[in-house]
Amino acid sequence: MFKAKVLIKRRKTILDPQGKAVEIGAKHLGLINIKNTRIDKYIEFNVDTKSKKAAEDEVNDYCKKLLANPIMEDYEFTLSEWTPSEEEIK
Amino acid sequence: MDSFGGRDKVKSPKFGVVVFPGSNCDHDTYYVLKKIFDLDVIFLWHKQSSLEDCDVIILPGGFSYGDYLRTGAIARFSPIMNEVINFANKGGYVLGICNGFQILLEAGLLPGIMIKNESLNFVCKDIYLKTGNNETVFTKGINGKTTLKVPIAHGEGNYFADEKTLKELEDNNQIVFRYSERDGSITDSANPNGSVNNIAGIINKSGNILGMMPHPERSSDSVLGKTDGSLIFRSLVNNIFN
Repeated sequence: MFKAKVLIKRRKTILDPQGKAVEIGAKHLGLINIKNTRIDKYIEFNVDTKSKKAAEDEVNDYCKKLLANPIMEDYEFTLSEWTPSEEEIK
Repeated sequence: MDSFGGRDKVKSPKFGVVVFPGSNCDHDTYYVLKKIFDLDVIFLWHKQSSLEDCDVIILPGGFSYGDYLRTGAIARFSPIMNEVINFANKGGYVLGICNGFQILLEAGLLPGIMIKNESLNFVCKDIYLKTGNNETVFTKGINGKTTLKVPIAHGEGNYFADEKTLKELEDNNQIVFRYSERDGSITDSANPNGSVNNIAGIINKSGNILGMMPHPERSSDSVLGKTDGSLIFRSLVNNIFN
């Protein structure tokens, strides 16, 4: 089994309204040096395959078809060997 | 129009309804206070730094700053909030409705947090409220009424607090409203969002800051077929200077 950690980033050229709104909060707080706030998505999950290659293929599929919108987002991920905790098995 | 009968108008409180970018119940609240109760009420833009001598500040419902990051998290740092916090800490009356309640939580004026409704759905419907404390200025006028029928409309109204906080709220009689059945019984099926202990509204220890998820302003005009919410505004007006 593998643990996948996926980071999905909106392309720099595409407006990030959430980042912009949050940065207004920073200004109100007096944090005037904060610039270009971008809010991305970090997603974690387990992939129950034997080979790393099979896990990679499935994560790519998941990202392309569901987690990310390839028109406006890029994604990257890492995979590491993982023994699920008892809680995760439940 | 309900102008509070023989009450001396000069002694009626002045209300300020704060308008954040994304507020959408500001006009409803203003309408009820002005047109139904004939009270002195003004809008306060969130960039203002003065509360203009208002006696009661209302943080209305809506989606301030698009609910980005966390509900109420950015509005909490709007310039006017410094004044609202000072005002509240000096004993000024503040009522947060729905998003206004979420802002009060983020500002630390009330304890706990709001998380997504258990159902994951936005819930918009009439619910019944059981009043747990009839001694506050907001609720004195509710005495004798088993439950209030008031609408809710929110996606994140699932109130949560740790056990220590909950015990404090219970011990100090700060849980003002709970979601209930029509007959006042507190059941899981009457809980629309998964709030711990069916909590719908809480007040601070001093009794001047109330946060509630249901919308009393949407049940104050008889044209809408329900007026239970008006009891809260009426109670405030009748008791604030007493």
